[in-house]
Amino acid sequence: MSGHATYQPQSGFMKWMERRLPIAGLVYSSFVAYPTPRNLNYWWTFGGILSVMLVIQIITGITLAMHYTPHVDLAFKSVESIMRDVNYGWLLRYVHANGASMFFAAAYIHMFRGMYYGSYKDPREVLWILGVILLLLMIATGFMGYVLPWGQMSFWAATVITNLFSAIPVVGESVVSWLWGGYSVGNPTLQRFYSLHYLLPFVIAGVVVLHVWALHVVGQNNPTGIDPKTDKDTVPFTPYATIKDSFFLALFFIVFSFFIFYMPNFMGHADNYIPANPAVTPSHIVPEWYYLPFYAILRAIPNKLLGVGALGASIVILAFLPWLDTSRVRSARYRPYFKQLFWVFVAVCIGLGWLGGKPAEGGYVIASRLLTAYYFAHFLIILPLLGIFEKTKPLPNSISESVLPPTTAGTR
Amino acid sequence: MTTASSAEPTRRDFLYIATGAVGAIGAASVLVPLIAQMNPDASTIAAGAPIDVDLAPIAEGQAIKVFWRGKPIYINHRTKKEIDEARNVDLATLPDPQPDSARVKEGHANFQVLIGICTHLGCIPLAHQGDFDGYFCPCHGSQYDTSGRIRRGPAPANLPLPPYEFVSDTKIRIG
Repeated sequence: MSGHATYQPQSGFMKWMERRLPIAGLVYSSFVAYPTPRNLNYWWTFGGILSVMLVIQIITGITLAMHYTPHVDLAFKSVESIMRDVNYGWLLRYVHANGASMFFAAAYIHMFRGMYYGSYKDPREVLWILGVILLLLMIATGFMGYVLPWGQMSFWAATVITNLFSAIPVVGESVVSWLWGGYSVGNPTLQRFYSLHYLLPFVIAGVVVLHVWALHVVGQNNPTGIDPKTDKDTVPFTPYATIKDSFFLALFFIVFSFFIFYMPNFMGHADNYIPANPAVTPSHIVPEWYYLPFYAILRAIPNKLLGVGALGASIVILAFLPWLDTSRVRSARYRPYFKQLFWVFVAVCIGLGWLGGKPAEGGYVIASRLLTAYYFAHFLIILPLLGIFEKTKPLPNSISESVLPPTTAGTR
Repeated sequence: MTTASSAEPTRRDFLYIATGAVGAIGAASVLVPLIAQMNPDASTIAAGAPIDVDLAPIAEGQAIKVFWRGKPIYINHRTKKEIDEARNVDLATLPDPQPDSARVKEGHANFQVLIGICTHLGCIPLAHQGDFDGYFCPCHGSQYDTSGRIRRGPAPANLPLPPYEFVSDTKIRIG
């Protein structure tokens, strides 16, 4: 992995610059010459997609902030004015709202890809944990953004989620009052959520820099899960990865655009077009789809403190994945049982998502409990034991051997 | 400093520790205003003063909702049936045992005053609904009886009672 070429400044100015601030050389070595495994598939394009989504959310968010008013009496009206009066306001808002959904969809695919190919394993533990931190930041940012339009779902989402903290023994009530800045969710709450919703994306951008930095230290994983051994196993990032990422980004944008232009409210809730009313709780409160699996886990447990604890644990447990999975083989391609159980786990997550959108009663609660138990068992029982008992398939000698015909792979 | 082999602390050691201590105390003390600014402000606290509610217009069997400190307060003029249901419960079967007499004012058992915020996650339960004729929370299915006690569902505790007193037979002061 010695790389393919180093940056050689051509013009006099760039030579002068390179001795003072070698930023062109950094960009060249990170995004042009950077050796990327030659066998990456399209599941590896979601990191780039996520970066683009973050930029889109920040740009549309900053422009929306020019027209939005964070006050309980004006917030709902200002959002309606964005939709009706502001030039292209409807487009900016629909891009931002659907962008959040697409952002989460890409993040979940990115995470499942990491799980399938064992991308969290030695030496990529810190890279993975930074990703879990990014997920937590995204969850917090998305939640606070959903509160800003100050519709019924906004208000009651804020109430339910802030009340999660009242489950903390002894200090819970004080913590909640501090979060609210009052005795209930009100204007101070809205204003601080606005402030933090503006701040957190830049924190996310900062952690993304660390995430990419860590990635460039340890190198990308690949579908075989084995490390590149020679230059033959890698290709330069540009043009290979840039073109592949761009092509799939274009396909991703087709789906994104379909939602924006043809069904912009499909992933929203009609109740959020009713102004917030502290006197009436909507008959059926559901969070945005991307929180539903966690919401199902919360509701599955008939004890408040334990329910909140399970909700938190379901996310935090991901950070321990590098140590819970005891198998030394990274890729599911060579782990026959893990491969099947991975898809069971995906199905369980989707099932929890479906249950999170259903009323908390009868069979739905029982099903939620079973799937919640399986979710945790996957991490705490299945993965630790599987690594010990599973007989893995033989690994190829190199990445190029796994993708090239035998005759070509034999020659160097 | 731990690697220093000389037994005697030097003036430089003292300066390191003193500077570090002042820095730590300084950083901790600026956290106080930064954190405290998020607590309820003076106007919010002032707006949370007690309110008077006239009970005379509330018919028997009717429940009204008033707001105090941004919280909905249910005042339920209970029927005899509701009172009997609240009293004739085996306390040992309750998740949060409390006799009905402890949840109303002496001599005013017909008026049930409580904070209408589900003790699970803060939704507003609906009055006169659910399997126990009391309150039903639509969010996560908690059910309360006619005394506002939790009977079924994820909520951990009974609906809380606001501080209130009867200033006359038909008027209460909440707060």
